[in-house]
Amino acid sequence: MLNEVRKGIRFTAVTMLLLGGGYPLVSWGIAQLLFPAQAEGSLIRNRSGHVVGSRLIAQAFTRPEFFHPRPSGVDYNAASTGGTNYGPSNPDHLKAVGERLDARARLEGVSPAQVPSELVTASGAGLDPHIPPAAAALQAPRVAQARGVPLERVQALVRAHTEPPTFGFLGRERVNVLELNLALEEL
Amino acid sequence: MLTESVAVAFTILFTIATSLPLGRYMARVFQGERTFLDPLLLPLERLVLRLTGVDPAESQDWKHYARSLLVSNVVMWLCTFAVVSLQKWLPLNPDGIGNLEPTLAFNTVSSFTTNTNLQHYSGETGLSYLSQMFAITFLQFVTAATGIAACVAIIRGLGGDRQSQLGNFYVDVTRATVRLLLPLAIVVGALLVWQGTPMTFEDAAKATTLEGTEQVIARGVVAAEVAIKQLGTNGGGYFGPNSSHPYENPTPLSNLVQTWSIAVIPMAMIWTLGAMLRRQRLAVVLFATMLAIYLPMVGFAVAREAAGNPVIARLGADQSTGSMEGKEVRFGAGLSALWGVTTTVTSNGSVNSMHDSWTPLGGLMPLVGMWLNNIFGGVGVGFVNMLVFIVVAVFVAGMMIGRTPEFLGKKVEAKEMKLASLALLWHPLAILVPTAIACHVWATTPDPETALGWLENPGPHGFTEMLYEWSSAAANNGSGFEGLGDNTPFWNIGTGLAMLFSRYIPILAPLALAGFLARKPTAPETAGSLRADSATFGFTLWAVVVVLGLLMFLPVAVLGPIAEHLALGSF
Repeated sequence: MLNEVRKGIRFTAVTMLLLGGGYPLVSWGIAQLLFPAQAEGSLIRNRSGHVVGSRLIAQAFTRPEFFHPRPSGVDYNAASTGGTNYGPSNPDHLKAVGERLDARARLEGVSPAQVPSELVTASGAGLDPHIPPAAAALQAPRVAQARGVPLERVQALVRAHTEPPTFGFLGRERVNVLELNLALEEL
Repeated sequence: MLTESVAVAFTILFTIATSLPLGRYMARVFQGERTFLDPLLLPLERLVLRLTGVDPAESQDWKHYARSLLVSNVVMWLCTFAVVSLQKWLPLNPDGIGNLEPTLAFNTVSSFTTNTNLQHYSGETGLSYLSQMFAITFLQFVTAATGIAACVAIIRGLGGDRQSQLGNFYVDVTRATVRLLLPLAIVVGALLVWQGTPMTFEDAAKATTLEGTEQVIARGVVAAEVAIKQLGTNGGGYFGPNSSHPYENPTPLSNLVQTWSIAVIPMAMIWTLGAMLRRQRLAVVLFATMLAIYLPMVGFAVAREAAGNPVIARLGADQSTGSMEGKEVRFGAGLSALWGVTTTVTSNGSVNSMHDSWTPLGGLMPLVGMWLNNIFGGVGVGFVNMLVFIVVAVFVAGMMIGRTPEFLGKKVEAKEMKLASLALLWHPLAILVPTAIACHVWATTPDPETALGWLENPGPHGFTEMLYEWSSAAANNGSGFEGLGDNTPFWNIGTGLAMLFSRYIPILAPLALAGFLARKPTAPETAGSLRADSATFGFTLWAVVVVLGLLMFLPVAVLGPIAEHLALGSF
């Protein structure tokens, strides 16, 4: 039995070093060598070098001159993430969805039936960087008006920032909100 | 919807197709045959075995094998318990994270030692980089390898003829780690970084957003951990929301890689069994039987999630893309539903959407996956769980045709049936009894919402949250209806114990069973033997799994998801 315990301890020590230490270090080395930008979190910097966000992480946009992301269960807190975990029958959830729907329809000046459900439901991690093209199209007139630029230019920008499904079928067509808003600032 | 169905079908077909060569490779590894990776990995395997002090030629009977398995797991439990309980004072803690409180440490370490990865902490605020590496990532390798080793030993037992040796635990666990999981994890990890998963020792990034507010973005050594969390059917994510977090799963391509990683080794294990026993037909029958349960579950879940939440439809929003609460735009309803079913039938438990927010009947499918727990199943243990049902199916079929039950030419007798029944009955017992206790505590506590604060959701959905938690613990799955406020001593200790018993009873009972079967002589197959590699037996097994595996859970399914579905007032 003592022999068994000794083997257990030795095996744990060896594999803990190999798998807890060696493996992450090798993976880290490969990542830093081949994909350094992604390895650091796909951060976006402005001209003066300050980090303005990550292209993979949604940030809050509330002003009319920006496209708005999906609602977040954690108020876009990228240090403590999560969904709402509301069940489909939860009265608080349904009330929140109804309120968002009214607010969104009023803001964009459309009927609720034109509001894609993505804009009234919170995403899984609360950091979904994307909205579907329909949700961008819905917001384009308001953004164009707030910025005083022609609607066509904003719509063209949305089209240019619409990513198709990978290989044509994998995943959904989507628009990255932060990248779109950064492009807007360049207009 | 059409492209989503194509994506779902492609993902499944791609995984099945690649599981074939992987299964053959695994069979070669565990039978000590040569493989193309030997020049790279064989020296590493020898090094680990030498440093452990194991003689690779020494073979163990089932008792010795079980003893090595248990002792090594106890040592790992103790070491990682020390790491997470002392992380505050250990290096690699740039964000200054404190120690885990004892009941949370008990739960976390039990969870990862049992390959469950139920998480009552939240990764980005609960664990230091050191703990993520030396406790979490380490356990995600070795516990997966432990399951695979047990499965390989059991397969040897089934193929044995009057022998008692099942192989050497340390050789098997080292081979599974070094020659299977490690190379796959390095490749998968690199693919994930390419797609955008961070892999850095820097602390959280600080950004000033376009609207001028501060945003702190947690990151870390993510990619390495995500790769092995999927390949080892562990499921425990780096961040709280797991693979729905855009850092853990940035693109549809990373989603494909991860969905593949969840299912491919459990699927390949069936082909490994066919190759090791030299019974390809049996492997085909088992694989088809599992598919015949898996595919309808996927289809049903995709359809329910694509149909959306009827209440939100009545509010008037455009829900043409399905139920999107708790789901990510880049995956959509279809790939989220596929993931949810795959991760629960395989005892993985990672999520790319919040199961708590699924539609009621859609959310029933992850529960069914965990209640069965043998459709491909966790790495290694999936087939071990299925073996229990095979033994019962053989028994039932034998009784029906009036013959002595036998499997692969070996008589199944009272002793084997007792062990199979123990493993079979433990699972529902470990789910239903604690659920009843939790309900009792909730119902008898005055003002439970403030006194206990467990449930995010009222009504039948709140019941389902508790049911899901116990199902997840007993199935060693690790996913959750995360609305449950589960970081309390009741849930930490309760599910911690459930995970430990539900890991070792269903491994040790079948290991003993295989040990007994190995000693028996193999009778030559005649026209009168019950053939396990026939479509008839496949259908019998399918029926036994569905009827025995699910019927016990019908009452709780009605109380939870089905009641909620009816209350939503849809069809």
